[in-house]
Amino acid sequence: MENKLKHVAVPSSEITPEALYFSRRDFMKVAGIAGAGALLAACAPNLPATTPPPGSAVPGPTDELGDPANTWDEITNYNNYYEFTVNKEGVAPLSESLTTRPWTVEVGGLVNKPQTFDIDDLLKKFEQKERIYRLRCVEAWSLVIPWQGFELNELLKVVEPMASAKYLAFTTLFRPEEMKGQGSPFYPWPYTEGLRLDEAMHRLAILGTGLYGKPLPNQDGAPIRLVVPWKYGFKSIKAIVKMDLVEERPQTLWNTIATNEYGFYANVNPQVDHPRWSQRTERRIGEFRRRDTLMFNGYEEEVADLYAGMDLALNY
Amino acid sequence: MKKKPNYLRIGVHAFGLSPLAFLLVAALTDQLTVNPIQNVEQRLGHYALYMVVASLAVTPLNTLFGWRQLIRHRRTIGLYAFFYACLHFSVFFGVDYFFDVREVLMLTIEKPYIWLGLSGLIILAALAITSFKWWMKKMGHGWQSLHRTIYFAAIILVIHYAWAKKGSLANLSGDILQPLIIGILVAFLLILRIPRVRHWASGLRQRRPFNRRHASGGPASGPGPEAKNKEADPISA
Repeated sequence: MENKLKHVAVPSSEITPEALYFSRRDFMKVAGIAGAGALLAACAPNLPATTPPPGSAVPGPTDELGDPANTWDEITNYNNYYEFTVNKEGVAPLSESLTTRPWTVEVGGLVNKPQTFDIDDLLKKFEQKERIYRLRCVEAWSLVIPWQGFELNELLKVVEPMASAKYLAFTTLFRPEEMKGQGSPFYPWPYTEGLRLDEAMHRLAILGTGLYGKPLPNQDGAPIRLVVPWKYGFKSIKAIVKMDLVEERPQTLWNTIATNEYGFYANVNPQVDHPRWSQRTERRIGEFRRRDTLMFNGYEEEVADLYAGMDLALNY
Repeated sequence: MKKKPNYLRIGVHAFGLSPLAFLLVAALTDQLTVNPIQNVEQRLGHYALYMVVASLAVTPLNTLFGWRQLIRHRRTIGLYAFFYACLHFSVFFGVDYFFDVREVLMLTIEKPYIWLGLSGLIILAALAITSFKWWMKKMGHGWQSLHRTIYFAAIILVIHYAWAKKGSLANLSGDILQPLIIGILVAFLLILRIPRVRHWASGLRQRRPFNRRHASGGPASGPGPEAKNKEADPISA
């Protein structure tokens, strides 16, 4: 039911609706800059977060709720990236076979100015800023990750979506000679994902290009990936090569595999279980006890409006 | 006359304890991932399932290759299966959910894959408790029936495993390769027990040219109804 969308008939020139405007305070909160350990970053927003040396008194980066970012080691050695292997620790070494230059991202579909961007042009054209986000996997574990990237809506403004565009579809690279797991017949490669257009325009949705101030390692989705922190991790598609503005809701890989288990919206929601396991709790990597899962992964205040009036159990 | 050490018995115990060795090595070489609680929990579950499969393989190994000596060690393998299942459950309840009885109860009631696992554990417990000779005498024929529930347990434990993964057995997609392989193996080991299949399979053995027992000649050298009874009685010889 799309009648709840506030911005259905958006003229292509006017793509930043009022609902997405943030006061500076909200922006600071959302970007995780208000965390105690990131005061330095607030003074110089483009200074990359670094893991503090062990035993140091300097607190590390935290998210806006005050929880510490996970270490580089944790983030780069525990990956669900089935294009390489289903073994979470096996992805890092296998992903070394991926070549990320040259790399282009083709943006087209229902847009006035379709273009193919070279990745290095994208890195220059848009200022790469730090966003410290929680990533919550559907398997009920989570990480706090200091990404570098830029807002997805900035790219969309350049290509000018037409009024008929309702969804944004993403496609990952298909290169089985470098991505060994793509030989597996159990998945309908390449990986595809999608967002409703207003979700894609939201300030929280970024295209990630870096981690802890360094370029994204291959196992984390290099050279460019999506990060939508209020949704389950499988929505944050990696190694993007194509983006299409479309009218119909696009097919997504996990929804194709198990339609009643992995929905299109996939908003983090402790009250809507996966059919086979509970989503009430999660394990934050590095912690001993489980945590309660937060509505929209703790981003409820920022994104709840997108789903006002929607039955979230129905639109899982 | 010095008694020879029972190498097979030692071997079976080595086999039964080997998963702990693997676990220890993994722990010492930092292979438990950054989510060690889940990793250890899953490893222990795998070990329990492998031991169940191993215990199910004893009879087919006799059927196909005449390895009767394994039969008396089947109980040991089964007890190891129960051992790892207990460890797996302990990590689930005591570490992963840290004794949160209410949460675990809710999960057990709500989530089939949890109560399937628990049911499997209960069956293994019942089999472990009644694995002693005293029970065999007390229960008589009922003992056989009870211990055949291992077939059912094996099936529900494979499903428990499959349902913990992100994949669909129904349309054979997603992360289901490992449960699928174990499932096929369990199916194979169960099919080999169907009387007609078993008959045919042990018939293959009779025609083998290098069967030592055939070389010695005589009716006691081959498989037959006599052997079937012996297979069923785990405390023979």
